[in-house]
Amino acid sequence: MKRLMIVDDSLIIRRRIKRAHGLDEFSVVGTASNGEEAVALARQTAPDLITIDLTMPHMDGIEAIPLLASICPDARILVVSALADKATAITALSRGAHGFVCKPFTDDELHDALSELAADLPAR
Amino acid sequence: MEKESIEVFIDSLAHFYRQVGVGEVQVGVPYLLDSRTPMVSDFTGIIGVSGKRRGCVYFSCPKAMLSYILTSMGERDNSSEHLCDLVGEIANTIAGNARKEFGADFMISVPVVIQGEPERIHLPDNTRCVVIPTKWKSYQSIIVVALE
Repeated sequence: MKRLMIVDDSLIIRRRIKRAHGLDEFSVVGTASNGEEAVALARQTAPDLITIDLTMPHMDGIEAIPLLASICPDARILVVSALADKATAITALSRGAHGFVCKPFTDDELHDALSELAADLPAR
Repeated sequence: MEKESIEVFIDSLAHFYRQVGVGEVQVGVPYLLDSRTPMVSDFTGIIGVSGKRRGCVYFSCPKAMLSYILTSMGERDNSSEHLCDLVGEIANTIAGNARKEFGADFMISVPVVIQGEPERIHLPDNTRCVVIPTKWKSYQSIIVVALE
């Protein structure tokens, strides 16, 4: 089972990702509602995969991504954001994210993106 | 505001409905708000906009409509907390998706959610506020775009 951490300031979105169809191979090890919480949670849970929103209070995703990448260097980080412009995606990727799914997303889109990143994880 | 800019917000909302699997939304004819008093329904998600454009974008709709969408999304809990979260997320999606058209200089805030209370919305001065009426099933909602 791959260990998944979900970071989003929307409770509905956190629950939606948790409940998405086809994610049976992922075990949710924790959820966070902003970047600060995510950094603390990543230290405790050492996730394999992280989904992260960009627009969040306290610490946004763009700020949190490099911190998460340094805490969990092997983890794969998937941005799940409504910010649909190319420049934002490029910025997120340059700061350590590995993929980008635009909100609103379907279960299939989320599953495909997470599965692709999971396949790229180093063997433990 | 140019016609294309208004269409960006309409397309974003229509995309939201399609992606969450609740069907199509009907869009009415946009019009200008002729007073400085904001129109609101039961729940409103407001996104502040800064950068190249300044002002706000908000989405407002009835409680029953949010409950219906939540249920359609598989949520059993229709508490106020979840309804507020959902209307904020819809507003965030509408404004965030608009960056595909406006670019990264269209900077958006986290959502602020109000229940009723139109006096809490501050429309920017010297701005024409465009109201986009929409209808999903029997529920009326609005997107208001107030940008300098």
